[in-house]
Amino acid sequence: MLHVAVASRAFRRYSTYRAATVAGIFTNSVFGVIYSYAYLALWRANPSAGGYDSQDAVTYVWLGQALLMTIALWGGGATDDLAERIRTGDVAIDLYRPVGLVGWYLASDLGRAAYHLLTRGLAPTLIGLIAFRIALPSSPVTALAFGVSVVLAVVVSFAIRFLVASTAFWLLDQSGVKVMSGAFAIFFSGMMLPLVLFPGWLGTLALGLPWASYVQVPADIWLGRHSGADLASALAFQVLWAVVLLAACHGVLRLATRKVVVQGG
Amino acid sequence: MTPTAQGPAPHGPAALIEVVDLERTFDVRRRVEGRRRRVRESVVAVRDLSFEVAAGEMVGYIGPNGAGKSTTIKMLTGILVPTGGHVRVGGLDPSRDRVELARRIGVVFGQRSTLWWDLPLRDSFDLLQKMYRIPPQRYRANLDRFVELLDLGDRLDTPVRQLSLGQRMRGDIAAALLHDPEVLYLDEPTIGLDVVSKSRLREFLRALNGERGTTLLLTTHDLQDIEALCDRVIVIDRGTAVYDGSLGGLHARGGSTRTLVVDLVDEAAPIDVPGATVRRIEGPRQWLSFPSDASAAPIVAAVASAYDVADLSIQEPAIEDVIRDLYSRGA
Repeated sequence: MLHVAVASRAFRRYSTYRAATVAGIFTNSVFGVIYSYAYLALWRANPSAGGYDSQDAVTYVWLGQALLMTIALWGGGATDDLAERIRTGDVAIDLYRPVGLVGWYLASDLGRAAYHLLTRGLAPTLIGLIAFRIALPSSPVTALAFGVSVVLAVVVSFAIRFLVASTAFWLLDQSGVKVMSGAFAIFFSGMMLPLVLFPGWLGTLALGLPWASYVQVPADIWLGRHSGADLASALAFQVLWAVVLLAACHGVLRLATRKVVVQGG
Repeated sequence: MTPTAQGPAPHGPAALIEVVDLERTFDVRRRVEGRRRRVRESVVAVRDLSFEVAAGEMVGYIGPNGAGKSTTIKMLTGILVPTGGHVRVGGLDPSRDRVELARRIGVVFGQRSTLWWDLPLRDSFDLLQKMYRIPPQRYRANLDRFVELLDLGDRLDTPVRQLSLGQRMRGDIAAALLHDPEVLYLDEPTIGLDVVSKSRLREFLRALNGERGTTLLLTTHDLQDIEALCDRVIVIDRGTAVYDGSLGGLHARGGSTRTLVVDLVDEAAPIDVPGATVRRIEGPRQWLSFPSDASAAPIVAAVASAYDVADLSIQEPAIEDVIRDLYSRGA
């Protein structure tokens, strides 16, 4: 129950920034419109690029905008709190508590993600639906699978951001690593361009990296491109990365307490 | 046991905290003039440290800045792994059983808060109840008791960021005690507090130890904290214990002296009585010093019988002086 309390506290904390939420939704929508027209032009030139039709392509754009904050593509969220607490040494207090650090911050980040999904996720989706007639999930099973996939996307993204924040134990500041990690995330998540358009080996590589879990996998599930065993393996791909990366988080944390000074007396 | 730790008799199997030959070194890289790469160096923060603390003791853990106090506490609580020796707290190996141990200890930092900045005090406490899985009845009883003793009643709904330092400190102490810890570590709990807040805090800690037998380990630079609370002091300098014993013993060990201040009716030659020597004369007032462990009575009697005395007073040695002496002797 503790983790539920932690998550709901994070949800409430983010919900106090109303103006930021509205401004963010506006920004997402503007980018959604720009990307939509760019993609429509692209798909007019090649009507079946990457196996998408033009409606799929526009749907992909609005799903990307909806997931942008939910998965904290640029970094941020609970892991920024962690990096700051490592920098100031307050992380010592977190370590004195009878709960695992990873689970604690994950709960907090899931609370934040839930808030962002309901605001900065839902609003652009509705705008896309009205303005561009984006496709909706074809069945309740697809919708449910999409929901599971989004949760897994947040977990994978959290684990990567946690690892980035942990570098502060050694580097004192995560910002350089965070910028670099953000660049990888934008490119390899499919946020800029669907990974299905990546040519040859680059496409194969991109579809195997953890960032594919962020946008490409949930979007393909929404679009109904995975079904049956294929759907199961798409979700299994996300689960696998989530497990591997969370294990890495635990490992790095153990290493940090063994090797590193917690800042401050 | 190290020869430097001149301690009271070992506490036997009842020891709650057991530290044996503890050592912690840190690898640091240092820039050296004329070399391209930084040089790796080992810095010793704690070495050859051994002591035991029995359940229910109130121990002062003091030493100059950088002596290794915080490093020791980090190892006792399990957030830092020792590089040598061993630590047991309540039968657990802190770094291996950190999470389990965390349920049985409380930690208070003067300079950091364990409370959530943006939450009202009450919400922080509720979160802690869930975190430590405190039974609801126990939680309510403890909360009521601490709110009353620490006078937090009208502050429960205030966000932590709006509390004064003294209020926040009291909130932190309540937070550290809600789960009935066996040991409470206090790292400079009175830093920055005013005189009234300090003495109230000390009173509370004394009552806590009396009522519940909570073991206290206190680091501080305010020696009044120690004098008010601790029967036992461990002095650490350069990572190792230079004294472990009673506060009184610290005086004796420091070779300290008490001072008898005599106000004579008239100016006179230096007073000559057995067992005391004159240190200073100002008009009719004279300062006589005598060993701390000697009785003042015969000296007072001798002075009173041989001179016309207007007034007498005895000054105890300042513990600060004794400890300063101890630090510099280690150098």
